[in-house]
Amino acid sequence: MMDFGFSLSKSSTLNLDTADLSLYKKLCELSPDARTCMACGSCSATCTAGPFSGMSVRKVILDLQRGRDVKAMVQGCMLCGKCIMVCPRGINTRNLILNLCKIYDR
Amino acid sequence: MIDRIPSGFHPFVLPFMIGMVFVLLYCAYGIVKIMIQLTAEDRKKFLISLVTPKTLLKNIKDIFCDCLLHVKLWKRNKMLGFMHSSIAFGWFMLIVLGHIEVILFIPERLHTFYYPIFFNYFVAENDATVAGSLLFFLMDFFLLLVLTGIALAIVKRIRSRIFGMRRTTRHSLINHIGMYALWAIFPLRLLAEGFTAHISGGSFLTIPLNWVFRQFLGNDLNMLPTWWAYSIALGVFMVVLPFSRFMHIPAEMMLIPMRNAGLKIRGARKGFARVQVYSCPNCGVCIDACPMSVSKANIKDCTVYLTRQIRRGNEKRIAEISDKCLLCGKCEALCQVGVEGPQLRVMQRSLRKYALEPDYSNIAVEPLVEAASGSKVLYFSGCMSQLTPEIGRSVESVLRKAGVDFTWMDRDGGLCCGRPMATAGRLDAARAIVEKNEKIILGSGADTLLVSCPICYKMFRESYDLPGVRVVHYSQYFSGLVKLGQLKLEKSDICYVYHDPCELGRGCGIYEEPRRLIGLSAAIAEADKTREESVCCGGSLGSLSLSFEQRRKITQGALDNLYTSHADAIATACPLCKATFARYSDRPVRDLAEIIDAQSTGYKQTER
Repeated sequence: MMDFGFSLSKSSTLNLDTADLSLYKKLCELSPDARTCMACGSCSATCTAGPFSGMSVRKVILDLQRGRDVKAMVQGCMLCGKCIMVCPRGINTRNLILNLCKIYDR
Repeated sequence: MIDRIPSGFHPFVLPFMIGMVFVLLYCAYGIVKIMIQLTAEDRKKFLISLVTPKTLLKNIKDIFCDCLLHVKLWKRNKMLGFMHSSIAFGWFMLIVLGHIEVILFIPERLHTFYYPIFFNYFVAENDATVAGSLLFFLMDFFLLLVLTGIALAIVKRIRSRIFGMRRTTRHSLINHIGMYALWAIFPLRLLAEGFTAHISGGSFLTIPLNWVFRQFLGNDLNMLPTWWAYSIALGVFMVVLPFSRFMHIPAEMMLIPMRNAGLKIRGARKGFARVQVYSCPNCGVCIDACPMSVSKANIKDCTVYLTRQIRRGNEKRIAEISDKCLLCGKCEALCQVGVEGPQLRVMQRSLRKYALEPDYSNIAVEPLVEAASGSKVLYFSGCMSQLTPEIGRSVESVLRKAGVDFTWMDRDGGLCCGRPMATAGRLDAARAIVEKNEKIILGSGADTLLVSCPICYKMFRESYDLPGVRVVHYSQYFSGLVKLGQLKLEKSDICYVYHDPCELGRGCGIYEEPRRLIGLSAAIAEADKTREESVCCGGSLGSLSLSFEQRRKITQGALDNLYTSHADAIATACPLCKATFARYSDRPVRDLAEIIDAQSTGYKQTER
């Protein structure tokens, strides 16, 4: 293949019919407030672990809704709980992460 | 005084004997089991403390003051103290005096367990001596004391408010059986001794009672049934004791020496934790203390119900109760026995298995060490302060004014201190964070670690190993600066009410320094519940499962407590308390650092 000095990024097309959403559905049973997330990103902006490990609750929830893997991000979480303080939807994000750690099956 | 029954035995003592032997065997079994469950190091520490004269004396003093005289309860509420000490001390004296009677008059019967308890049935008075009548007087006196205590206990069941308790525990069936048996013992003893007093002798209580009975009951047929009833009541109480709340009586005698030996809770259910669980007397003082009990739905999540569920082994409820708690520590501070509710809960949480464990191996420490190096004083604002940046800025400004050379360790973000992870029960993950921070702090070459967040401060003090580094909260550090004259404070006319953050007050015992600093820079008022009784702001990271709405109610409750002082503004010394209060408060909320910054001038500036 000819080298143009740049490349195309991988397609991010999402097929919700084939994506594995079982983890998200299981999480929603334990933490129903996950459904109320509006992906505002307040949690990511305040995240202590974010700068070190790329942790972002917003991204975790979005990725789960798309059936993607979140292991590396969740492993970086330090449970400091600042995300609860800033969440405009009042989601108990800390408990959400703990529940996710409990049921993680990948 | 002569032995009336030649054989020295009557079948009515059997219920008591069965109960007594059962309790003794059960306690012996419990002690052996708990000793086996302790770690080898703890066991050694405990056994050594038992033969060290200093701790031994302290043990005896503590058991006498706490278990018999209930000194702590007297300080809390006089009625509550009188009720408990009259029953406990009165009963203790009845047993002791019973033994003295046997030793003095029929020493050959001392080997029987039941003689001191049923003395009056087995003896006949043939001559009156001074010692004998004095003993009988004391027996009647202490019986009267216990009866007064029992009467108060019955009143307390109906109107607990007289005893300073708004809510009391809802007892289980077995607790009720034990309680009614306990209530029955002493009136039955009075009746039994009353019916026998014309044979055995008696004093101001039993002899008049005997006279009254003899006016309409011309025979002794009532004597035996009442002695039987007395013995059965004792037997029922003893048999029920190991399965009811009254287990706290023997358990507390084990808890006190173990605590004096310096033992800490290491397991969730075994060893010292088990002793703590059994020591809970189910009194319910923690229910009124708990900040969560502002909403009725949470009343069953107080420490008293945690210990009950642990004894029952109800895993679902144990998990619910331990996850909900804010870990504010107020129940522990007010507990008369000293049950460590918060630590018990953390240990229950630590039992949980997670499929995904945190991994911080990719966090490089070196850049953080470099950023932290340069000064002798290292300032750590804590991650929570990023939500309240004014705290860090104020501390920085005050330090500049005082001319302190310092480095701000996490100005551009740092690691968490690990306490939130530890309170979630994930102790290994917390350890990993602690080790990273230890490397940074020790690598920076600083000799003082200045902390502005009480959550971090408690963690640094208790769980970090930092040789050669003094960990200090900024309220202490600034007090030192004021004393040295490096910082001058000027009074403003604002009146603040100081809210004791749980982790700083109950957690680290710092109550005075913040108050002194506020007192120097403004007027200070006290809220209704303050110091160790201060109410958690509701933002605590201790709770895993409390919802936003439930937290709001707790915050409102805490604010209502602070409003009782009618102060203009609220002062606190914790970024989390500040952020939580600021959300709902109708008056300004200031951090201690902000107040000091606004009212202070440095030494150099005043010189100019």
